[in-house]
Amino acid sequence: MALDQGLIGRSYPPSAVYEVGRQKIAEFADAIGATDAVHRDTGAARAAGHPDVIAPPTFAIALTLSAAGVVVADPDVALDYSRVVHGEQRFTHHRPIRAGDRLVATPTIEAVRTVGGNDLLTTRVDVATEDGEPVCSATSMLVARGTS
Amino acid sequence: MSAGVRAADVAVGTELPEQTYPVTRADLVRYAGASGDLNPIHWSDRVATAVGLPGVIAHGMLTMALAARAVTAWAGDPGALVEYHVRFGRPVVVPDDDTGARVTVRGRVAALGEDGRARVDLTVTSGGEKVLSLARATVQLA
Repeated sequence: MALDQGLIGRSYPPSAVYEVGRQKIAEFADAIGATDAVHRDTGAARAAGHPDVIAPPTFAIALTLSAAGVVVADPDVALDYSRVVHGEQRFTHHRPIRAGDRLVATPTIEAVRTVGGNDLLTTRVDVATEDGEPVCSATSMLVARGTS
Repeated sequence: MSAGVRAADVAVGTELPEQTYPVTRADLVRYAGASGDLNPIHWSDRVATAVGLPGVIAHGMLTMALAARAVTAWAGDPGALVEYHVRFGRPVVVPDDDTGARVTVRGRVAALGEDGRARVDLTVTSGGEKVLSLARATVQLA
């Protein structure tokens, strides 16, 4: 079923607060093989000008993936998740995510298209501190194959 | 802070050191846990083949993370990446053996701003095939 163009611009409520822990940053850095001291050593992070250890540049996906899932689960979107593949991903960083951040993720549907029988859904998730400081945006284009 | 390149030493056309990263099934399990992406196509051959894949494939986001490492290693600062966009072209198939797959990342400076920001165009391959059909990173150089 082709996605309704009227979905473009639809916004969803902010997520619950995600508190970024030092151990989670180290775990994510281990999983991608990033050995830099700024991910694990507070002293090294401070020497590099950060208040605490910083996350690798794609860490935001750990919280934006579930925020984008809220969009996929919207009954008006109703993508068949078993047919969904990740088409594109973009990150725009205002500053690195760091330990101690209390983040909220707010998804917005940026584009819907149907190309060659595939539904394409582009969702931007804006990540900010709970006090409203912008931290990053993560834009995901998901492709639901052969649904239209 | 590791020693990275300085904007003054970079020009359009500057090539990044080529990096190759091994990806095994164990890496996929570790990444699934760390990222929360538990899609079984990244750990179950049964599910992967049922949806038409040749076998278990790496998370696209893991490939994206590895390509970012090549850029931030060159820049000398994991916090230097300000903009990053990839298009997932072809899956990285990870065999169930001790070797796994290999992801190779090449990069070239495509644009350089007066503010010290460099746009790097990346070529990311596995088994000789491009796995990202577009990959661009903008880094703030020292």
